[in-house]
Amino acid sequence: MLILRYAFILVVLLFLAAPLVVIFGVSVNEPKQLLFPPEGFSLRWYAELFQASDWLNALRNSVVIALGASTIAVSIALPLALYVWKKQSKMAQALFGLGVAPFLLPPVISALGFMIFWITVGFYGQIYATIISHGVFLVTLPLVTISLGLEAIDRQLIEASRTMGADDKTVFRTVIFPLARPYMISGFAFVFVLSLNEYIIAYMVAGFTAETLPIKIFNSLRYGYTPVMASVAVFFVLTAIVVFGSIARFGDLPRLLGAERARR
Amino acid sequence: MTTLTARLKDHRGPAYPLVMLVVFFVVPFVIMLSVSFFSRDEGAFFQPAFELSNYARFISPFFGKVLLTSLTFSAAAAIISVSVAVPFTYFVTRMRARWQSVMLVFLLSVLSLSEVIIGFAWSTLLSKTAGIGNLLVAIGLMEISQSFTPSLGALLLGLTYLGFPYAVLVLYPALSRLDPEIPEAARMLGASPIRSFGNVVMPMMRNTITGALILVFVFTLGAYLLPQVLGRPQHWTLSVHITDQAIFQSNLPFAAAMAIFLMLVSLALVGISTLLGRART
Repeated sequence: MLILRYAFILVVLLFLAAPLVVIFGVSVNEPKQLLFPPEGFSLRWYAELFQASDWLNALRNSVVIALGASTIAVSIALPLALYVWKKQSKMAQALFGLGVAPFLLPPVISALGFMIFWITVGFYGQIYATIISHGVFLVTLPLVTISLGLEAIDRQLIEASRTMGADDKTVFRTVIFPLARPYMISGFAFVFVLSLNEYIIAYMVAGFTAETLPIKIFNSLRYGYTPVMASVAVFFVLTAIVVFGSIARFGDLPRLLGAERARR
Repeated sequence: MTTLTARLKDHRGPAYPLVMLVVFFVVPFVIMLSVSFFSRDEGAFFQPAFELSNYARFISPFFGKVLLTSLTFSAAAAIISVSVAVPFTYFVTRMRARWQSVMLVFLLSVLSLSEVIIGFAWSTLLSKTAGIGNLLVAIGLMEISQSFTPSLGALLLGLTYLGFPYAVLVLYPALSRLDPEIPEAARMLGASPIRSFGNVVMPMMRNTITGALILVFVFTLGAYLLPQVLGRPQHWTLSVHITDQAIFQSNLPFAAAMAIFLMLVSLALVGISTLLGRART
């Protein structure tokens, strides 16, 4: 029975890993062809990502958008999460719902909404439009992580600091903020990785002027194959593994994803 | 007076997030809703008007088929990924914390992958020169390698791959909070592991499983690239047509009408299943 269980897990993991293994193999091909198993071993397609000006430009756009969007998302999520945590009123619930809503609809709908909005206000095609759209669209993630972090704060700790004469600001600065910080960082990281990978909003808001890596990959996919696409894909996978791996290493990932108690 | 200022101060907290969410999320939806009644203008994106022709347009056999195709694909992807995810997540929650973390990091990394990359990776995996065709030839199951994409099977695989990590993450909290003594008790009373899972664990998880089904369904309904990369033109879903109308046909009013329609379908499905969930408990 145990063997069956492990066989099942293995098959699922294989299904999840297979496409990643293949793109890794393809990315180190010597010739500029789509071959697996790879012929020869070369890292020049990775070098091209950081050297060819068009790919480098897309990389730069992607990183700028992801950093900006994470900052915006966390800046919206932190006060909102604090408010919901303090108030727990109907109004707070409604606001929380509004913060979670963008993530619950098919993204193509929000993408079109953003596109029409930016056309209306005249910023269609601007990189700022993509940054703000991503920040608002992905606000759900830091909102959920920060709320989880706040829930874990022992309210007696706050009572204690008040009794000892701390005002609101001091309590926030010395008690709440340090305890919520790891969750803010996780939320930031989640938005960063998802924004880096996001395609449809970036494409519809400023796809032709602020080209990001996913857009660039899709555009190249139409005109034929280049191994740089594979190396970009590997770069994305590695970034995600490093980011989520560090969250797991320095924080409690199972708890962050909703497990009440992690089994040691 | 002091109470008034105090109350104002009380509400000051969420002013900035409220403004951001209203301006950049609610307002775009309202504009999109109104544009869906506008008329098309070749030069200036759209022309203010009030007409229902955009909605009338997709009451046609063509868009009926597109909608049906979209719903069928998403339902299939949701059912496949959730039925694999339920036992998989259950096994993951029984692992040691360390291994759970490793699994979660891997799942999150897959989840965060862009549809572009998933489409590209699967089309490579199913291709003639770099795919499983080569593997099948190597082990003697096939004479010459062939491509498995574009095809309906490839598209469903891709959609399942897209939805699977989400299904796991929805199921994970509930399954990890499940008291391990409950299935154990069933085992002690003589139930086989499969029976204890099917008759004890599954019924307890009914609402969570419904939640996972809806999430994957709604999420794959929004898939826009996979049908283009892995499917044939007849497999194009509503989401593909929305973007196609918005960008390549520059018919924003029609695209907006379709998006509103897709949103209503998603909301209706979420609503119905929430009601069903409530009725049961």
